[in-house]
Amino acid sequence: MILAAANERARTITDTGFEWPTWPAFWRTVSLADYNTRVVIIGTTLLGIAAGVVGTFAYLRKRAMVGDALSHATLPGIAAAFLITGAKSLPPLLIGAAISGVLGILCVLGLRRIPRIKEDAAIGIVLSVFFGAGIVLITFVQKMETGNQAGLDRFIYGKAAGMIFSDAALIGAVALAVLAGVLLMFKEFRAICFDAEYAAAQGWPVMLVDVIMMSLVVLTTVVGLQAVGLILVVALLIIPATAARFWTDDLRTMTLLAGFFGALSGWIGSSFSALLPRMPTGAVIVLCTGLIFFISMMFAPLRGVIASIVRRESLSLKIRYQNLLRAIAEVEEQAAPGISVPYAHLLAERSWKPRQIRGLIRRGFRRGDLHAGDAGGLALTSEGRERANRVLRNHRLWELYLIRYADIAPSHVDRDADMIEHVLSPEIVRELEKALAEAPPIPPSPHAGEVFA
Amino acid sequence: MESSITFNARVQARPAQRADDHDVSSPVSIHDMTVAYHRKPVLWDIDYAAPEGQLIGIIGPNGAGKSTLIKACLDLVPKASGSVLFYGQPYRKARKMLGYVPQRESIDWDFPASALDVVTMGRYGRIPWCVPPRKKDKQIAMHALEQVGMAEYARRQISKLSGGQQQRVFLARALAQDAKIYLMDEPFAGVDAATETAIVQLLRDLKSAGKTVLVVHHDLQTVPEYFDQVLLLNMRIVAYGPTKTVFTQENLHKTYGGRLTLLVEAAEAVARGGKPT
Repeated sequence: MILAAANERARTITDTGFEWPTWPAFWRTVSLADYNTRVVIIGTTLLGIAAGVVGTFAYLRKRAMVGDALSHATLPGIAAAFLITGAKSLPPLLIGAAISGVLGILCVLGLRRIPRIKEDAAIGIVLSVFFGAGIVLITFVQKMETGNQAGLDRFIYGKAAGMIFSDAALIGAVALAVLAGVLLMFKEFRAICFDAEYAAAQGWPVMLVDVIMMSLVVLTTVVGLQAVGLILVVALLIIPATAARFWTDDLRTMTLLAGFFGALSGWIGSSFSALLPRMPTGAVIVLCTGLIFFISMMFAPLRGVIASIVRRESLSLKIRYQNLLRAIAEVEEQAAPGISVPYAHLLAERSWKPRQIRGLIRRGFRRGDLHAGDAGGLALTSEGRERANRVLRNHRLWELYLIRYADIAPSHVDRDADMIEHVLSPEIVRELEKALAEAPPIPPSPHAGEVFA
Repeated sequence: MESSITFNARVQARPAQRADDHDVSSPVSIHDMTVAYHRKPVLWDIDYAAPEGQLIGIIGPNGAGKSTLIKACLDLVPKASGSVLFYGQPYRKARKMLGYVPQRESIDWDFPASALDVVTMGRYGRIPWCVPPRKKDKQIAMHALEQVGMAEYARRQISKLSGGQQQRVFLARALAQDAKIYLMDEPFAGVDAATETAIVQLLRDLKSAGKTVLVVHHDLQTVPEYFDQVLLLNMRIVAYGPTKTVFTQENLHKTYGGRLTLLVEAAEAVARGGKPT
């Protein structure tokens, strides 16, 4: 634990485990004052950028879970590389990891060609068998004298705190390669992610582009092993990209945003675990991506859950309000314009709750569509009447259309039209008018008599 | 009994002379092509030379291999035998002459792209590696969108378009390819009336510009109205030629009526590797 030294002063002698960092320790971490902390934070941040950016394309190519098979398949390669070279240094181990990782991907691709084996099954098989082989080999290595100190299990859970300058530099080099690759091949990646068959028909060698893309994924995964571990590294590929998708419909923006989310997770996650020495860095980084994902899913204005609830609610409020205006207009139609409609009639007209209808009426007053009529009733203003008649007209047109073309019984169309009339665009209304070849100001109700019944 | 009748009909309906060589003047010349999926043949011995500058409907029941025919022409599925030439050139050299409209369902429309982004992808075949599309490519893409009446939706996210609009985006993407020969896989499937009209108009414009268009089509009623020529297909070519003479009750019956039991059985036997059931 090199990093632990940075926090030594913040600890008491009788260390009971969890402890909040002191302010100076906090400041040293945030300001990157400490060399070791700096190396770790910069390393994980660069890893986050690389994984977020290349993960965007793996996600859109629907290859994200192949990344999981890949990372698990690296383990036997790491152990084998150690057995063969006996080296403790990182490069041979990572080369071993890359070789067996690629072998794993090839196995997935090979298994998929066999009829009756679907992609998810192929991934499950490769992932677990390679991982099992890796565990067996590692257990074997650890029984050896030299192997005991090799600490190969750090590749399973990750040990960012052990990162030294050369590790961070390696990650930096990979991040650079990923950014350069994506920058140069943006058009090609986009083409095969969107429609690989069409790209092939245009003459693009889809296989080659795929290989380049997956090579970037392999590179990122392999250098990420030490920092976040092979179990969790796939999270850095998938989650930032998925989170970014909530915010934008543009691939360029999505790629940048995913890189940013990855970087943010790496930075916050490793800072956290620098401050709280017992926290495993990899897990904390992944939890950060999880938090970013959750915030994106809930609060993103474009595709977030809350935004879509708000949109749905405002549409249904609009529908209820238009129904209120239409109810008054229908009474006017039968009686006389400007008639004051008693509140009780409106309440009976639909299954509105009193609280709801009071809210709608307040809205009508606010917008100047309604004014207080005689005898405590409600009446339409001229603007309100215009609006109400437009709704009524759409409703009737749609009813007629349903009766004439969809063969729906007149007694049923009212409810069907209810759902549609509020979302009819002027374009569709014109189409309806054309289809019905008659557009009186307001067609009479096809189920007349029921209105006031 | 029925199968043998159909089989005889097949033999008679086959083109009389079997072209040993490709017709180099034909935009699409298919010679002795057989295609198999997982060793199961889906197209048998296709010989066909499309006439230039015509709207050609590829007609046949489900599973007749209509899409496969197009995909095999574009080298998207491997051919078990035979070859396809475009104006006498193999696909590799001819691909810039070819525009392709795949089935709309073949992709995930929830992709972060605008209509213009997708249509611009039609230009990618003409742009070298690692070079982003130029302004000129965007202009061509925009023009293609105008041609299908979708200019006002250029910036719209593709998943927010209606089915018909998505289909028009696919057509615009093929137009942006600026091809001589267009291969379209069910462009009329599940589209609204406005889109159908727009597509028909587009097909006619393409024809008057001298392009050759092969369209997989499944609405028999509109065939005589839309297409100059038809290619009736059911695992093998049943008949082809001008719509007026070839699109007959009799030929349709040969194409649709009576399952080709013998062919299907033979195909399955091949797939099993000759082992009996």
